[in-house]
Amino acid sequence: MRTGSRITPYLYILPALIIVICFRTIPILASFTASFADYDIGGFHGFVGFSNYERMFTDARFWNSVSNTVFFVLGVVPAGIAIPLLLAMLLRGDLRGKAFYRTIYFLPVVTSAVAVSVVWTWLFKPEAGPINGVIIALGGDPLMWLREPRGIFEMMVSPLGLKPEGIFAGPSLALVSLMIVSVWKSIGYNTVLFLAGLENISNTYYEAAKLDGAGKWGTFRHVTWPLLSPTTFYVLIMSTIASFQTFALVYVMTPPPGGGPLGTTNVIVFYLFQKAFDRFDIGYASAISVFLFIVLLFLTIIQRRVGERRVHYS
Amino acid sequence: MRSGQIIKQVLLLAGGIIMLMPFLWMISTSLEQGGLHNYVEAWNRVPFGTYFLNTLIVTSLTLIGVLITSSLAAYSFGTMEYPGRDKLFLLFLSTMMVPQPVYLAPSYVILAKLGWVDTYLALIVPWLTNVFSIFLLRQHFMTLPKSLYEAARLDGCSRFGYLWRVALPLSKSVIATIMLFNVIGSWNSFMWPLVVTHSEKLRVLQVGLSYFNQEQSSNYQLLMAASTFSILPLLFLFLLAQKHLVASYSRSGLKD
Repeated sequence: MRTGSRITPYLYILPALIIVICFRTIPILASFTASFADYDIGGFHGFVGFSNYERMFTDARFWNSVSNTVFFVLGVVPAGIAIPLLLAMLLRGDLRGKAFYRTIYFLPVVTSAVAVSVVWTWLFKPEAGPINGVIIALGGDPLMWLREPRGIFEMMVSPLGLKPEGIFAGPSLALVSLMIVSVWKSIGYNTVLFLAGLENISNTYYEAAKLDGAGKWGTFRHVTWPLLSPTTFYVLIMSTIASFQTFALVYVMTPPPGGGPLGTTNVIVFYLFQKAFDRFDIGYASAISVFLFIVLLFLTIIQRRVGERRVHYS
Repeated sequence: MRSGQIIKQVLLLAGGIIMLMPFLWMISTSLEQGGLHNYVEAWNRVPFGTYFLNTLIVTSLTLIGVLITSSLAAYSFGTMEYPGRDKLFLLFLSTMMVPQPVYLAPSYVILAKLGWVDTYLALIVPWLTNVFSIFLLRQHFMTLPKSLYEAARLDGCSRFGYLWRVALPLSKSVIATIMLFNVIGSWNSFMWPLVVTHSEKLRVLQVGLSYFNQEQSSNYQLLMAASTFSILPLLFLFLLAQKHLVASYSRSGLKD
């Protein structure tokens, strides 16, 4: 063997390794380090222990961004499962126009978040927007959509003279508008995942259910739903992880500096962005990054654990 | 049975119309008043030509980089045996677990130290490799039979020759997937170019469109025209490679 061949394998990975180390590993480690440092526009001013984290836990705006993000996730994820699951059930098997429907439903997935946001901003325009146009034509009252800071629960019960406050007011209509766009954009992708999951269920289960005289709902409840659970779980975790990182929709549809009317669409990644690039408060932004990382890591670990168990089970 | 099919079709069609509606509204608004002239007007109002060119440069150079670095790394990880291989691979994979927003701020500081902020280097160099692409290709290379490699070597094929003449030609489908994912990813990427560039001449399409949206927020016809021509290239790509693309998404379960 030539001596050169011993280092050959390393030479093959070297170009990728340099990029990964310089632009992934080092920044990731730096993020952890900077979260313990006083690092701002003037540069590095020394390590400060946990004070960035202390500041984070007492920062009302940070908690506002957390609760907005949680609202966003709780709104987007269930709808992003229910609608695609229904569509996949309809699209399953031999169906006329299947390819056509798949194309239409998938279109928003490959469209850029920025273009999508520009278009929906126009659709939601309170004054001349098409959505309010339709509502008025149907005899309803136009809504403020992306400019509405009031919570949707608050808006629903206000005719009854009630005025819920804080998180009981619910996500603002502006945030709900962003949720609608987010669901619309991800429907096609999740439908494709569910279709793949449905195709993996062996036909013998359906034949057995038929022999047992199970109806459509019974078959879904006792055959499809349990056997589809690995896919459902995967979609659940992946949509949660993606929703936690929403940025472009917020940035374009409810533009800076505010993060929506009264900050009601300011989600974690947007807040992180503001701290890092408007204020150049790198130390504090890094603490928020680490918080985000821990949440997402936790979700990934759950996904791996449960995912593996499912594989063994089936 | 028949009526079941009809209900299905009605539901799917209604859903399809709702999904398409924003696009239809976009196109019809873009043609209001000025007609096709709105497109010319939007294109010339801000330098969209420059934005397109920048996006094309960034997308094609990163794609070439990803294909080269990923093939080489995947070949090494998937077919060679050497000390430290699995640890190195784990180092690569671990970076996939960390989403971009988490390391964005330190990346900016590093780029600033290198003097790369607001240059093409910042848009391109950090994206010259893609760990997920390495992963996909490695998985595929591992399925190639070892006897194939030995036969090729007996025929006088060099190590690199095997990758270039045998392994890669046998991986066309995976390479197509990698190309589609990377083109869509860099064409649509927004947060990174927004942060690492400032000057107008370096704006990519997504950043340019977002600024255009802020500046012309009441000029709907122009905004919709700009959105339409920003979407078109990927729309064509999608229609051309639809089947492969949808299958890739559903197999690999990875988005953006």
